[in-house]
Amino acid sequence: MTHHTQASEFLNARHRWRLWEIALWLLAVAAIFILPSQLLILTEIAILALFAVSLDLILGYAGIVSLGHTAFFGLGAYAAGILARDYVSEPVTGLVFAGLISGLFGLATSFLVLRGSDLTRLMTTFGVAMLLAELGNQATWLTGGADGLSGISMSPILGLFEFDLYGRNGYIYCLAVLIVLTFVARRIVNSPFGLSLMAIKRNPRRAAMLGISPKRRIVAIYSVSAAYAGMAGALLAQTTNFVSPDVLAFHRSADVLLVLVIGGAGYLYGGIFGAIIFTLLRDWLSVATPQYWMFWIGLILVAIVMIGRERLTGWPLLLAARLRGKPAEDAR
Amino acid sequence: MMALETRNLVKRFGGFTATHDVSLSIRKGARHALIGPNGAGKTTLINLFTGVFAPTSGQILLGGEDITTLPAHARVARGLSRTFQINQLFGDLTPLESMMLAIGERKGHGRRFWRTLAADRDVAEEALATLERFRLAHVMAVSTNLLPYGKQRLLEIALAIAAKPKVLLLDEPAAGVPEEEREEVLAIVRSLPEDVTVVLIEHDMDLVFSFADRISVLAAGALFAEGTVEEIARDPQVKAIYLGEDA
Repeated sequence: MTHHTQASEFLNARHRWRLWEIALWLLAVAAIFILPSQLLILTEIAILALFAVSLDLILGYAGIVSLGHTAFFGLGAYAAGILARDYVSEPVTGLVFAGLISGLFGLATSFLVLRGSDLTRLMTTFGVAMLLAELGNQATWLTGGADGLSGISMSPILGLFEFDLYGRNGYIYCLAVLIVLTFVARRIVNSPFGLSLMAIKRNPRRAAMLGISPKRRIVAIYSVSAAYAGMAGALLAQTTNFVSPDVLAFHRSADVLLVLVIGGAGYLYGGIFGAIIFTLLRDWLSVATPQYWMFWIGLILVAIVMIGRERLTGWPLLLAARLRGKPAEDAR
Repeated sequence: MMALETRNLVKRFGGFTATHDVSLSIRKGARHALIGPNGAGKTTLINLFTGVFAPTSGQILLGGEDITTLPAHARVARGLSRTFQINQLFGDLTPLESMMLAIGERKGHGRRFWRTLAADRDVAEEALATLERFRLAHVMAVSTNLLPYGKQRLLEIALAIAAKPKVLLLDEPAAGVPEEEREEVLAIVRSLPEDVTVVLIEHDMDLVFSFADRISVLAAGALFAEGTVEEIARDPQVKAIYLGEDA
């Protein structure tokens, strides 16, 4: 094999669609017909998956930890909810609007994560989410305050597809958004820009010495990630016709981080697998041991971290490689 | 024409003066060695050149332009590139990815977010050519952190060269390289294009004397002596503070 063919094979393999990716999406589509009674929980999974993909863009690719990612999720939910209640009730319009609002807020707050250590980033992102939660709570005239935002009634999607009682069109809508946005994220992370993020995460000092301005790249991906989270929030508001102040609560930021830890960060699908496992596990545990399910979730979290050691990223790939008996060169 | 100059450069860390009033002129195309005992401030000087630290006072000029306040990445864009004393690579990224990153950034492709890396054919070609020149082509798809140290050292230098620098700062390029891989690294350093100005920090005097045409000696953060290889080799004071204790 010449070096040329080896190089092009390696580069093509970087962005090639894997069999398991295609299988995953086919299954998700097939679920519309196979699991018609489970569409509500599937919708919940799709929304959480999108939220986790959004966190993976900054955590898994650019190495930015956040303990307040729900700021963008909650803002998007309120933006979509208020738009639908007072102005335009068409969902796709609301989705784009929520993405824009959250994206702009991400842009505005991105300077807080440019400098400093992981610890300062944890604190500043946490602080921003707390600020927003309190604002949402106080601005009763706009958000409904502690009672939540109600009175939302969505019109048909693109004027064509009505939200039905079984949640069928709601699931199809959320799945379609998840598929499109995952595809876009996939393009981004496989691009030269995506490569520069991976380099910044691994060695920001050297990245700067190759002429990369880490700040600009981080601002860009942080804004995109915020827009993604905002759209996930919009999906929740639109499929439930309600925005609870809980969308800005701390536990959501923690949950989405946990989802990514379960699924593995840095390969985009960790958020999706994590959301499936987390939601099913929570559902099952809260029925099996209603009082102690948090205990089991905690135990599982500790177990995952112990097995994965410090290397939280890409552990499913590591595991898969180990099962095949090969060194985990692919695992990132 | 001076490629790189400093004027009364000072860097203090708290009460400690790491760089003390250094005025240095390095002409274009020079092979200039910076030597001095451990703690003399050689690496601090490199960090000041490249923008890792901001100087306490003084000026840095690259090709006559004042770059004292420019951020690191902007200095790279103006043709200043460096290697690190301890490899600064990208962990599990492969040499091919690392090289494509370095070359792509030089061409301004790093903002492209919609095309795949594979679609960047010019960059891939150039990366491959450079990897072949550095004898890294056969390991191009292996995680960098799995490579032998000598290969990592070669990649370290290759990344700096990918920026097509006018001035290249080499911080102990042969440090830590095992004996059997050493010649490979040194051959690459010797074969750098003539129009590239090279500033070399090195402890190995054989390498310094065979490579450099001019030498600056630093001691306790200050410029102690400067001259041709012959002048420095004969200087009794230099021998006393540096060569004497080293030999």
